Amino acid sequence: MDILLLLESALNGALVGLMYSLVAMGIVLIYKSSSVPNLAQGAMVMLAGYVILAFANQLHLPIWAAIPLGIVTMFVIGIGIERVALRRLAGRPIIMILMMTLGIEIFLRAGSMTIWGGTSRPLPIGISDSPLFLGPLLINRAYAVGAGVAVVMFVLLVLFFRTRIGVVLRAISDDYTAAWSVGISVERGVALSWAISAVVATIAAVLWGSVQGVDQSLALLLLKGVTVAVLGGLDSIGGALLAGILLGIVEGTASVVLDPLLGGASRELVDAAMLILTIMLRPHGLFGRHDIERV
Amino acid sequence: MLFRQAGILHTNYAQDRALFPIPADRWMIGGLLLLAATAPLYLNSLYLSSYLLPWLVWTAAALGLNLILGWAGQFHLGYAAVMGIGAYAAVHAQRAGVPWEIAIVLAGLTAAVIGSVFAFAALRVKGLYLALSTLALQFVMDWTISHVPAISGGTQATLQAPDIRLLGQAVTSDAGLYYVALVWCVLVTTFMLNLRRTALGRALVAVREKDYAAAVIGVNSFYFKLVAFATSSFIAGVSGAVLIGTFYHAVTPEQFSVDVSIQALAMVIVGGLGSIIGSYFGAGFILLMPGAMNSFISWLTGLFGFSLGIETLAHLPHALYGALIIGFLLLEPLGLGKIYGNVRDYLLVWPFGYVKK
Repeated sequence: MDILLLLESALNGALVGLMYSLVAMGIVLIYKSSSVPNLAQGAMVMLAGYVILAFANQLHLPIWAAIPLGIVTMFVIGIGIERVALRRLAGRPIIMILMMTLGIEIFLRAGSMTIWGGTSRPLPIGISDSPLFLGPLLINRAYAVGAGVAVVMFVLLVLFFRTRIGVVLRAISDDYTAAWSVGISVERGVALSWAISAVVATIAAVLWGSVQGVDQSLALLLLKGVTVAVLGGLDSIGGALLAGILLGIVEGTASVVLDPLLGGASRELVDAAMLILTIMLRPHGLFGRHDIERV
Repeated sequence: MLFRQAGILHTNYAQDRALFPIPADRWMIGGLLLLAATAPLYLNSLYLSSYLLPWLVWTAAALGLNLILGWAGQFHLGYAAVMGIGAYAAVHAQRAGVPWEIAIVLAGLTAAVIGSVFAFAALRVKGLYLALSTLALQFVMDWTISHVPAISGGTQATLQAPDIRLLGQAVTSDAGLYYVALVWCVLVTTFMLNLRRTALGRALVAVREKDYAAAVIGVNSFYFKLVAFATSSFIAGVSGAVLIGTFYHAVTPEQFSVDVSIQALAMVIVGGLGSIIGSYFGAGFILLMPGAMNSFISWLTGLFGFSLGIETLAHLPHALYGALIIGFLLLEPLGLGKIYGNVRDYLLVWPFGYVKK
């Protein structure tokens, strides 16, 4: 086994993993504030990609104008999803809530394909294809940019949680009944967290769309996002970042080692195995809060 | 009305505990069974083999999922994978020369053994984490089925299923296949109806409501979760085998992908958690909805004289299907079964509605 090849795929894997953690951060944000596991996050990424393309191609706006417009649109859509679909389900059994997010997933995925069609289309954001060398290691420039943006988003979120609104969100995630009793509007906070998570999904859509084009496969990022979110701990944003790097490295190296042995497509297997192992060994993840269940 | 409860006095416990204590229900069930048994006489073979037959098999499968989801309260996102295990086991057993009657039992047992692996996830975690681990197991199963040539017969392969032979007689006519599906569906329904009044059924409900509380009153919640997973996997495996034998006649990995799992979940949710009649409604609704929606859309476009792109037409039923799940969860979380129950409750005392509280 070529050690350089292994190192190279580990490094690129880590960068891809940081891009996964963008999807995971959206899931974590919603889970933190309302304990809703958002299985529609992948579909939200996909919808965001189509929305940006609609601004760029149908209204002929330059891409730097289409992206902010897409962010604003998704912000509103995020609030709308929470208001219409999830607020009425608060306090219902987890089966109902999971099924609701699955229903939203199907609706958003099929809905955006109904409107815009399912063929893959490019989303160029002006990252050059020329290779980037770090010593002898070849790095994909798009992945490097994506990883950088993911880290920036993480820092922005950390700073956001230090503002007044961020403190409100933290209070809600800590104990929503207590937050309620001191006069915090929990509904508004949860809606805000959906909106922010839709914005994070938009950023993920820009980066992933520039890498692999905008089509249905963006919705498949859900499995990666969920794996990263669970591995990092469902209520820890920093955990999502580190778990993204970890999953990326494992996936990158495992695909180099396992693909020749298993005949390809071992990435999905590695993801699923990581998810199962995390849940079996450490359900609350690396940095998540350990839940105590009361009868 | 037909459902008159007044004047029906049960004088012993056996009458009181009967499956259908109200005569109107018994008449209705008898009538429906008669209609189902004579369906080949008055339905043409298209309706019989492409609507009624898959509806019956999927109802049996949905009932199995309802056992785990509605009765035991355990989330299962990998149900289609378990059906696939049964389907592949049956086809391989048949190709090895095992008679079909034994092959489907083998299919059920294989599915029950592998499906119980899901129960060990349920031992460790519950709720959300159980849902996610069953989802991951679905992906592992998909991958294994499509990447192990000994199971799928090579990548991208379609494995032809041999004809069903019952007691040495090949069953190939539409009516014959329909009766196979009908018998299986009636068997599962009878089992589920009786489950309600057994110790097992009550223990499952106790585990569903709160597993710790069930443990406190002496119900071994892990044992019953295991039994629930094994039983529902058995039903899933046989249903998968029957589905392949009577409907698809060939087996590919895509028939049991994660989308199919979600479709089965949608049947149970739309039909109603823990409702048997609801599973019939849910399976019928989810199976027939895309076709009905397509003809409705084409009727609409014809009416207003506009045309839709081929891609729009392909994805629109899917979007509506998602919207339906959302709508049901918002408006009637207990599904079509609950709507049926409301109508029935109303008719039971009609026209004396005031006797209800």
